[in-house]
Amino acid sequence: MKRFVGFVRKEFYHIFRDRRSLFILFGMPIAQILLFGFAITNEINNVDIAILDQANDVTSKEIINKIAASKHFSIVDIIQQESSIESIFKKGKVKAVLQFENNFGRHLIKEKQATVQILTDATDPNMANTISNYITSILKNYQHELNNAVSIDYQIVPQSRMVYNAELKSVYMFVPGVMTVILMLVSAMMTSISITREKEQGTMEILLVSPLKPFQVIIGKVFPYIFLSVINAVVIVLLSIFIFNVPVKGSLFLLGFESILFIITSLALGILISTISATQQTAMMISLMGLMLPTILLSGFIFPISSMPLPLQVISNIIPAKWFIIIVKGIMLKGVDIGFLLKETLILFAMTLLFMGISVKKYKIRLE
Amino acid sequence: MKIILYIIRKEFKQIFRNKGMLPIIFILPVLQLVILSNAATYEIKNITFGYVDADNSSTSRDLIERFEASTYFNVSEKFSSEKEASTAMQEGSVDVYVNIPTHFERDLQKNKRNDIGVFIDAIDGSAAGVINVYATQIIQNYNKHIATDLIQVSDSVQQPSSIDSIPLFWYNETLNYKTFMVPGILVLLVTMITLFLSGMNIVREKEIGTLEQINVTPIKKHQFIIGKLFPFWVLGMGLLTIGLILAKVIFNVPILGNLLLLYGYTSVYILVILGMGLFISNFTDTQQQAMFIAWFFIVIFILMSGLFTPIESMPKWAQLLTEFNPIKYFVEIIRMVMLKGSGFADIFPLAIKTLAYAIVMNGLAVWSYKKTT
Repeated sequence: MKRFVGFVRKEFYHIFRDRRSLFILFGMPIAQILLFGFAITNEINNVDIAILDQANDVTSKEIINKIAASKHFSIVDIIQQESSIESIFKKGKVKAVLQFENNFGRHLIKEKQATVQILTDATDPNMANTISNYITSILKNYQHELNNAVSIDYQIVPQSRMVYNAELKSVYMFVPGVMTVILMLVSAMMTSISITREKEQGTMEILLVSPLKPFQVIIGKVFPYIFLSVINAVVIVLLSIFIFNVPVKGSLFLLGFESILFIITSLALGILISTISATQQTAMMISLMGLMLPTILLSGFIFPISSMPLPLQVISNIIPAKWFIIIVKGIMLKGVDIGFLLKETLILFAMTLLFMGISVKKYKIRLE
Repeated sequence: MKIILYIIRKEFKQIFRNKGMLPIIFILPVLQLVILSNAATYEIKNITFGYVDADNSSTSRDLIERFEASTYFNVSEKFSSEKEASTAMQEGSVDVYVNIPTHFERDLQKNKRNDIGVFIDAIDGSAAGVINVYATQIIQNYNKHIATDLIQVSDSVQQPSSIDSIPLFWYNETLNYKTFMVPGILVLLVTMITLFLSGMNIVREKEIGTLEQINVTPIKKHQFIIGKLFPFWVLGMGLLTIGLILAKVIFNVPILGNLLLLYGYTSVYILVILGMGLFISNFTDTQQQAMFIAWFFIVIFILMSGLFTPIESMPKWAQLLTEFNPIKYFVEIIRMVMLKGSGFADIFPLAIKTLAYAIVMNGLAVWSYKKTT
């Protein structure tokens, strides 16, 4: 035990002596969560659009004014001919062109029907679809105003309630995600580096001839990082509560417990990476290249997993981040207790054991 | 010149001798491009739907049937009470449920108007918005249906005037997300590989101690830097080529524009990234520090590139910050050239910024590199 404590102390010294890494370790998660919390949103606002008004009458002007008043759009260009549409799309700034047909107003009054074309730059399909939906709904509202004399009898009025996030804030979605990405990558990267560094610098030999058992070496390596990552997690949760007003409806204690579990999972993954790589470079490339994009894309952080093709939904199950995001959202936003999160917790637990098991098995006690 | 060639040869040898790294450099990005491009979709599919029908009248059953028949909502589950439905939402097993109160039909006939509760799990705000639109549409269609069903249709009903809006999706009629994502993810992968490798490279020699050996040789500063960075430039271009081939062959992403233009731009772009890597290398002592910094910037670059979330919706200060995000430029340009066939004149304003960026970044990197310790 005394040996083990000495070993852990050595690890702490290593970490605290490298002031620069320490600064990066604590400063960067804070900077990132602040930046992303304020900046990232998947709402669509202030999109630049252009108008091609071939009618140029009262009705079309009224509609244009309504669109200009919407927070979603800003009209940056009025174009005169159809032929210029292509060139402004190619420049890339304008995302949609609204085209009113000739005699738009007259058609609407005389024939009760008039046409507006919404031309969108669909190289970004999500943007294009949303723009077209927004404009259509503005047009529908206008139409509704025109027709308010004619009313429909019998109406079922949907009263939509946005549960857990009444104001539809993007921050609710991004805080758990960013927290997960930061904890995962920092923890995995730190540990994977720490073991390979000993290998690369040759100090591993010294550890190998010491009476410490392999599992003691591994646990001793992980221990200080649990401590550091927990501090990171606490800071992130505090920032999200006090700066972004994300509620913690469930128990803080449970959130703490689950965070520690996830940190240990990530650290175990880091150890696993370090046992299979010979140099720091390899270890870092695996943890950065191998973990970054899958953690961002396959975890449900930005893109809903249920909308992915089936094979990817299956693959997403092996991403630890997926389970932790479900847990964090559950505790913070839905206020659920451990009963609802048993499955996720057990999966993270099993993953940790698996990673640890393989690492101990692969940990070479002989030099090659 | 000869010296540069020797250094380049040394670097290439080092890359290809490190057997552990080769799959990470060449296979991992390819795998990720092929797999992850499928993951990135904002389309909302497979919405799980539930309902509480306390009324159990023909109207309520009709309405539920319409939800069930809709292609948006694929699973439907009946809950006996509101409480049960809300528990299911907590578990995450249902995305949306409607709550039909008792005497729903009777009140509707009496008051000609009745409310119905639609409860949506809104943690993902944008998905919730879409689900809301779908649900509202179904209910409104049903309104029209009962209006015509219950009232005797008279010919004298005044025809309302209507505005037809015709959406036309240019460049991507079917709104295929892969067309959008494949070029974007390719950009991310090229950037990550080149930045991580170049950022780690010189600091690695520092850490191992071999940098001192090079410093005492007559190799000049510029020779050393060019020799160090050129292999990664080649690597980046190679990765782009592999990625473009995959994009065309597997995902059938159109390449409308001039490939030469794309390569020309990429060759400048990679210089920005390499300059950045070298700069990071110069200011750090260990590979660990270098990687932390590179990781920090890459995460910011990726999430603020406009690839996953729109830049237009960011606050003004954040939009200003994205001006310093090289990935933003590349994502925009690769999409313009590949999908829209934009020409040199179209991308010029963005390309010139990238060029300026490359000059500044490399200038800083060369200036901060000291041969003496």
